[in-house]
Amino acid sequence: MSTKTANARPRTDHGKLEYDEPVERVGYDFGLSRRSFVKVLGAGLLFAAALPALAQRRGGGGGPQLLSARLHLGKDGSITVLAGKVEGGQGARAELTQAAAEELGVPAAQVQMILADTGQVPDDGGTYGSGTSPRTVPLVRRAAAAAKNVLIEFACAQWQVERGTVQMRDGKIHDAAGQRTLSYADLANNDEAATQLAQAVPANVELVAVKDWQVLGTPAPRPNGRDIVTGAHQYPSDIARPGMLYGKILRLPALGARLDSVDLAPAKAMPAVVVVQDDQFVGVAAPNSSLAETALDKIGGTAKWTPVPQPSSQGLFDYLRQNAEGGVPANPFAGELAGQKAVRRTYHVPYIQHAPLEPRAAVAEWSDGKLTVWTGSQNPFAVRGELARAFHLTEDRVRVVIPDFGGGYGGKHTGECAVEAARLAQAAGKPVSLRWTRAEEFTWAYFRPAAVIEAEAGLDAAGKIANWHFVNINSGPGAVETPYAVGKQNSRYVASKPVLRHGSYRALAATANNFAREVFMDELAAAAGAEPLAFRRAHLTDPRLLAVLEKAAQEFDWAGRAQKPDSTLGFGLACGTEKGSFVAACVEVELDRQQNTFKVRRVCQAFECGKILNPANLLSQVQGAIIMGLGAVLREEMEFEDGKILNASFRKYAVPRFNDVPELAIHLVDRPDLPSAGAGETPIIAIAPAVANAVFRATGKSVQALPVRLAGA
Amino acid sequence: MDTKINFTVNGKSVAVTTDPQRSLLEVLREDLHLTGTKFGCGEGQCRACTVLVNGASQPACLTAVGDVDRQEVVTIEGLASGDQLHPVQAAFLAEGAFQCGYCTAGMIMGVVGALKANPRASAPEVLAQMQRHICRCGSYVKYQTAITRAVTQSGRGRA
Repeated sequence: MSTKTANARPRTDHGKLEYDEPVERVGYDFGLSRRSFVKVLGAGLLFAAALPALAQRRGGGGGPQLLSARLHLGKDGSITVLAGKVEGGQGARAELTQAAAEELGVPAAQVQMILADTGQVPDDGGTYGSGTSPRTVPLVRRAAAAAKNVLIEFACAQWQVERGTVQMRDGKIHDAAGQRTLSYADLANNDEAATQLAQAVPANVELVAVKDWQVLGTPAPRPNGRDIVTGAHQYPSDIARPGMLYGKILRLPALGARLDSVDLAPAKAMPAVVVVQDDQFVGVAAPNSSLAETALDKIGGTAKWTPVPQPSSQGLFDYLRQNAEGGVPANPFAGELAGQKAVRRTYHVPYIQHAPLEPRAAVAEWSDGKLTVWTGSQNPFAVRGELARAFHLTEDRVRVVIPDFGGGYGGKHTGECAVEAARLAQAAGKPVSLRWTRAEEFTWAYFRPAAVIEAEAGLDAAGKIANWHFVNINSGPGAVETPYAVGKQNSRYVASKPVLRHGSYRALAATANNFAREVFMDELAAAAGAEPLAFRRAHLTDPRLLAVLEKAAQEFDWAGRAQKPDSTLGFGLACGTEKGSFVAACVEVELDRQQNTFKVRRVCQAFECGKILNPANLLSQVQGAIIMGLGAVLREEMEFEDGKILNASFRKYAVPRFNDVPELAIHLVDRPDLPSAGAGETPIIAIAPAVANAVFRATGKSVQALPVRLAGA
Repeated sequence: MDTKINFTVNGKSVAVTTDPQRSLLEVLREDLHLTGTKFGCGEGQCRACTVLVNGASQPACLTAVGDVDRQEVVTIEGLASGDQLHPVQAAFLAEGAFQCGYCTAGMIMGVVGALKANPRASAPEVLAQMQRHICRCGSYVKYQTAITRAVTQSGRGRA
């Protein structure tokens, strides 16, 4: 193997990013001796009649050009829709099913949705950046609407009638007299008519108007929900293949360490155990996990390694500042601050972990030089690319299948586990299942980047923001621009030297930037002698942001509740916008002055993302984002020293539990006049600053770091 | 040293000959191919692997398979009778009370176990037991609703 493994700091893969994601892929490269591969067709292609999706252009995430690559009509009446998105709990399966059913004119239950199998589906790009609702749902709708047109034209030709005389009803085309009907099954059984499905999806196909929606806009449940509650659904870690072995990878005891030597003999002496070493990559596979663990322990004890000095979480923020590319930018408005009320603050946001409940898992199987991997990732086609690169295969010899998996939150954009499983399976000559442990997930997966944020602003005589200087060091440009009307603005992101392997997260840098900005706004309001809501109103021009802020404030009774003096209660609010959606939160915290702790008692959040596609799923996303955001504001923080993660377990890294859940009042603002934006991310960005502002108001002490701790705590 | 271990899973007798120190979770998943019980942490902190042993809920990851010799184990796969979901499963499904669903089997088994331990338990009493379970998607609000529904129905069932 050449280049680096997950044991070393991975090389980055910048340059092909679809949005502001600082993804660091592990650059596995297994220098295989070239074999002559048997040329195989892409397995798993459903449709003999349809042009294979594989023949289509890949990579742009723009979806297929041909209707047949998106949708298949079975002669038995089945309707299969294909999409490159994944289901990791965020609700893509329900919403894409609704989108297809709505335009086809059939009940959602009649649509079978195949997601994220690179052997079958078009490349719709990765599932991130809140992209499914604004980009993939319209693609699916257009294809489904085009298929409905094919059926209408087929019916008109069969009956020799005008298009305006037929009607789509109950999943069938009816003639004017109500005598005759034709269904999608009838279309599929007419070979000549069915060839029409090989056409390109017309760009201007008419879609069902929002006011006429019957399936979209309704709280459709997750289509495979029954399999979830019975345990029948197979997650990536549940996939089993005949003869499959269970793998374990040798992880070095510290981040960045280099393996010098290891004695494989003790594991090789074990019957039925496969041992692989490929430079820095060392792994085992055995008939069960315990045997694999025993084998790994035997060789792990013989490993000699060289540590490479690593920065620790103590001193992290100094390190990030010192390594800011080009230095920390100075405030260009510094000269104007002399005659103004000015505030300057530095905010610290730590590394945190997504900690999906299903750790990374993959099953890899080689057959005739072709590789199939089942894994949990948000980016099936990119994982296919990682596998192809690592094993020097062309992409048509790699198939990546993503079963609905156990949580991602931006944390599963990469395919390192898939590559590792494939390397073990290659050596074993059998399928191998590799399931990362919780400690591996907490150590070798990537983290939400830490940030240092410098903010400085000056107020004019009227108490308005005259100049605004805001610099994010290390964590990214998401939502770094202020949505407020300010006199002069200098908002920017400066890269630094990442200390841990970092990558995406729910709303990514918008979590840090919105936290710092909204907390800073309360500091400025205090400096201006203004009330926080009034101060924001005075600086807000965006009507959508203002609308959610007013909605949250009204529903929370900010004017009444937050003005009552109380020595133990604090009230805070915050708002923000990112990726085309808008959020505002009001919270109530209760201080325990004896214990020097606080509890979040009440949250009222308003959220608007255009037209709501599925209110039940949206509610889940907003609730979940708030609770995940609560974890970050209350406790979550990676601790590390000398290359070791010190809190790589749920005992030490305390994610939210039932008793952390406050009283939640969520107000989903539906805007049928606006296109649908995604909603998996933005609902997370208001909770942390709202809690911090509540603590600030209750204690009078400035809050400048996540997680929020009371002074002296 | 491999040992023959006899127990029942979902009412059926099984015999496995294996290292008795292996976890019940691993044996269920890898030897018996009952993958509805999930691995989340391996140290009893998340309870995604909750099963019933003699009716009491416990984390299968911390249970040595040797300890269930001659015991009765019920997993998520054993709750429904045919097409008829267990009331707790039905309540979770009706509320759409999951997002990724990876913690759901453990949650359901936890509630079933709490109600077996105390059939008259109130929803808050059951919820107190559920503090041991992690849902990383943060579906707790809908889980609370589902649990309340399940407890209410369980109460009706007794009446």
